[in-house]
Amino acid sequence: MASQVLISLSEVRKQFSADARPALECVTANIYGERITGLVGPDGAGKTTLIRLIAGLLDPTRGRIKVAGYDTARQVSTVHTIVSYMPQRFGLYEDLTVMENLHLYADLRGVVGKHRHETFERLLAFTGLGHFTGRLAGKLSGGMKQKLGLACALIHRPVVLLLDEPSAGVDPVSRRELWKMVNELVDEGTAVIWSTAYMDEAQRCDEVLLLNEGKLLYQGKPGDLTGQVEGQTFLIEATEDSRRQLLSKALEQPDIIDGVIQGRKVRLILKTPTTVFPALGTNVQARPTPPRFEDAFMVLLGGIPKTRISNITSHIFQKLREDSTGTRNIVVEAQDLTKCFGSFTAVDQVSFTVCRGEIFGLLGPNGAGKSTTFKMMCGLLRPTSGKAEVAGVDLTMAPAKARERLGYMAQRFSLYSDLSVHQNLEFFGGVYGLMGRRLQKTIHRMIEEFELAPFINSNAGDLPLGFKQRLAMACAIMHEPQVLFLDEPTSGVDPITRREFWIRINAMVNQGMTIMVTTHFLDEAEYCDRIAMVYQGRIIATGTPDDLKRSIPSENLPEPTLEDAFIEMIQRHERYESEGEGLRRDG
Amino acid sequence: MSQNLAAESQHVDVHPQRSRLRCMWGLVRKETYQMLRDPSSVGIGIALPLLLLFLFTYAISLDVRNIKLGVVCEDNSPIVNRLLASFQNNKYFMVHVARDRREVQDDLVGGRLNGVLVIPADFASRIERRSLSPLQLLVRGSDVSTAALVQNYVRGVLRHWLIQEGLNAGQRNSGEIVRIESRVWFNQEIESRAALLPGSIAVIMTLIGTLLTALVVAREWERGTMEALLATPITRMDIVLSKFVPYFILGMLAMGLVAAVSTLGLGVPLRGSLWVLIMVSATFLCSALGLGLLISSVTRNQFVASQVALIVGYLPALILSGLVFEIDSMPRLIQYLTCVMPPRYFVSALRTLFLAGNVWQVILPNTVVLLGFAAFFLTVTIQKTKMNLE
Repeated sequence: MASQVLISLSEVRKQFSADARPALECVTANIYGERITGLVGPDGAGKTTLIRLIAGLLDPTRGRIKVAGYDTARQVSTVHTIVSYMPQRFGLYEDLTVMENLHLYADLRGVVGKHRHETFERLLAFTGLGHFTGRLAGKLSGGMKQKLGLACALIHRPVVLLLDEPSAGVDPVSRRELWKMVNELVDEGTAVIWSTAYMDEAQRCDEVLLLNEGKLLYQGKPGDLTGQVEGQTFLIEATEDSRRQLLSKALEQPDIIDGVIQGRKVRLILKTPTTVFPALGTNVQARPTPPRFEDAFMVLLGGIPKTRISNITSHIFQKLREDSTGTRNIVVEAQDLTKCFGSFTAVDQVSFTVCRGEIFGLLGPNGAGKSTTFKMMCGLLRPTSGKAEVAGVDLTMAPAKARERLGYMAQRFSLYSDLSVHQNLEFFGGVYGLMGRRLQKTIHRMIEEFELAPFINSNAGDLPLGFKQRLAMACAIMHEPQVLFLDEPTSGVDPITRREFWIRINAMVNQGMTIMVTTHFLDEAEYCDRIAMVYQGRIIATGTPDDLKRSIPSENLPEPTLEDAFIEMIQRHERYESEGEGLRRDG
Repeated sequence: MSQNLAAESQHVDVHPQRSRLRCMWGLVRKETYQMLRDPSSVGIGIALPLLLLFLFTYAISLDVRNIKLGVVCEDNSPIVNRLLASFQNNKYFMVHVARDRREVQDDLVGGRLNGVLVIPADFASRIERRSLSPLQLLVRGSDVSTAALVQNYVRGVLRHWLIQEGLNAGQRNSGEIVRIESRVWFNQEIESRAALLPGSIAVIMTLIGTLLTALVVAREWERGTMEALLATPITRMDIVLSKFVPYFILGMLAMGLVAAVSTLGLGVPLRGSLWVLIMVSATFLCSALGLGLLISSVTRNQFVASQVALIVGYLPALILSGLVFEIDSMPRLIQYLTCVMPPRYFVSALRTLFLAGNVWQVILPNTVVLLGFAAFFLTVTIQKTKMNLE
């Protein structure tokens, strides 16, 4: 199949200010029609900048971009007529209805008369939004917003369709439907650019551009890149050590460049391909496993620097306070926790327990109720009904007392950006009642442990993202809490920092810390001992990652992922709901 | 597979067949829906004008009614009672009678009374003797304008009472021949309401034109919808005009509302003609809208935009327009500053139109200056409206 080059990038460089690192550096690539080209990379890699450059919304500092033969800098109005762009958050008018949004874009694109009528019919059938034409866009669910955004971008038949993180934070079912829809478009000849921070999505693209820190690391078929690390990936399992101990042991080996926890097993990448896995002790069983795109990306990045791992000691805490409630093993408990905002039930009868030394994850799309649940568990929101207990203290009765025993790291870190690192530590230590020499000692230990010394006098707002994350974590654990709540801790962080983050968490858990974490990265949920899948305010399944994966029928899917499991659970939940409704109607 | 390493993408034919008018119409319609669904625009367009009218009519009236006057009668003779009665029967006073000045001293200090008139014990006997009979009036100098008003009003009542009593007859200056009778033009009762209400149109239009529109473009940037719009084939003109038209209509409607309520309901005269009023208002509204859109395009942030709009739009309209404070009594430097404030010209034209009539010597120069402002702001806005994200 001879598909044509629709976008050509030649030595494109984009620099926003003279003293900043360029957002994009010397990117040269061709993008073809009739294909989905994945723009893959962590947040801050330059994906959005590149998409905006192609859309003609930014001018390149150097180099040239041609879309279907038209220069994006000089023939921008022509480029706009052939390119459709769906920005992050979909670019919808939330105070207009579905139909009004469609009409607006039809007017802007000059789709009129009978043609408009046909287009609307086609798009509404395509997206399944036919029943919701009178609903305000702001009242749609994340998945429906995403479909409406796509419909608005497809009002005319674009030559090039640019989608900026269309699946971020959207539930897995909608995500799958979106892939199906976009695949249909590609068959009609459109060139689709799909940017994503989810590495597992890269594998579904026909071709990928892999970006990191503004540099193009790889262009080509995703399979070709994963093929390069064939024979380097292994799953290991130990009978004696826990998987966390196994992982930290493995990462100390010089020839192992990366490792993550995957269910009960540990996934490792070796420096060189081999058929025989190097010995890691007598009780370790290893078997080769097919590589994934993320493995290849980690190899391209060179893995985690060993120096960064060896500095993570395992005595952050002088003394993790002995449990005041004696031998009781349950540290966090929620019972029928419900939160209503007006007529909207954000969290609906959620119950779970977390034991000492456990990592418990809440997994779900944006708006499912994860953060609301978290805020109730931390005493920041009062539940409408139900009970929440942390370390034996009822949050509704004594929220202040309970908060002494928990640490909370909010989304986006909530540090004081105009205070220095030292001042932030001093402030948070003071808030938790540390004073005098004890405070100074704790600050000193945090600075050492999190290697904050080089930035000690810089303002928190000027820190690189990874260091912000470290500082936020330091602030949250200064008072040595029994439970640490982490709300989307790794969103917007590159994979190496993410690995390092989890190594730290593992070290803390080994010392008896209990962790509760929310995430919308399905692969990250593998680090958890147990997860609760949250969907539309309810917990639809709880269990270990392996249990959840195993619970789906295995005949057609031999190696199910957590995403497959999540989709299965959503479908089961909806079947159950509709049956329940039927029963109610009959009764 | 074409490994086209010449890195030249192939040309695709483009047939531009969009109509400018349809594009614009779509945007105007969208903006109108948004405006109607946004409670703040309805609030600023309808509720706020009514609130301002209410305030200017009843609360911020610069006239003083219900002066709380304490009268200390140390004497209880009939003549003193008649004097007391003439205060009590006066609609401008609310009289609080005391027998000893110590009873009311604290009330005066505490601001519960605006003034205290002391009628001394020997007042009646002195009157009998036709000798000079002093009265003492205490006022609160901390409320400068009220103090002056109380003094004048009390003098007026006293003069009236003296004539009634025929006490002036035997006085030396009874044969007063010349009498100065002042007369006020345009606002015969010198009621501040008649001057304030037309001027409040300027405040309301500034709010709608500058504050409301300052928010709309910034909002599109914040919500990421501007990015989606800019990627479609629209022009600078489309963006600016589509924001301009609905708010222009809203502003004119609010103006009509205020004018109708003031003239029909609150008795403010409209001595000039209606079409001149519409013309002058439209001109001012253009400059206010232009300023609002300019702020919005430059700041791209709703919070900053609203702060800037308050400082450069609303406050000057209230303070530096001559609406509340007279420009002639401002320091020279501030007077020069008011020259670059569009509301100043509008307030002057409005007052002339409502209270005097179509006085072209006043209205024409003001309108020309407003036109200049409108042209300036709109040109700069169109130039400053960026068509990309740089």
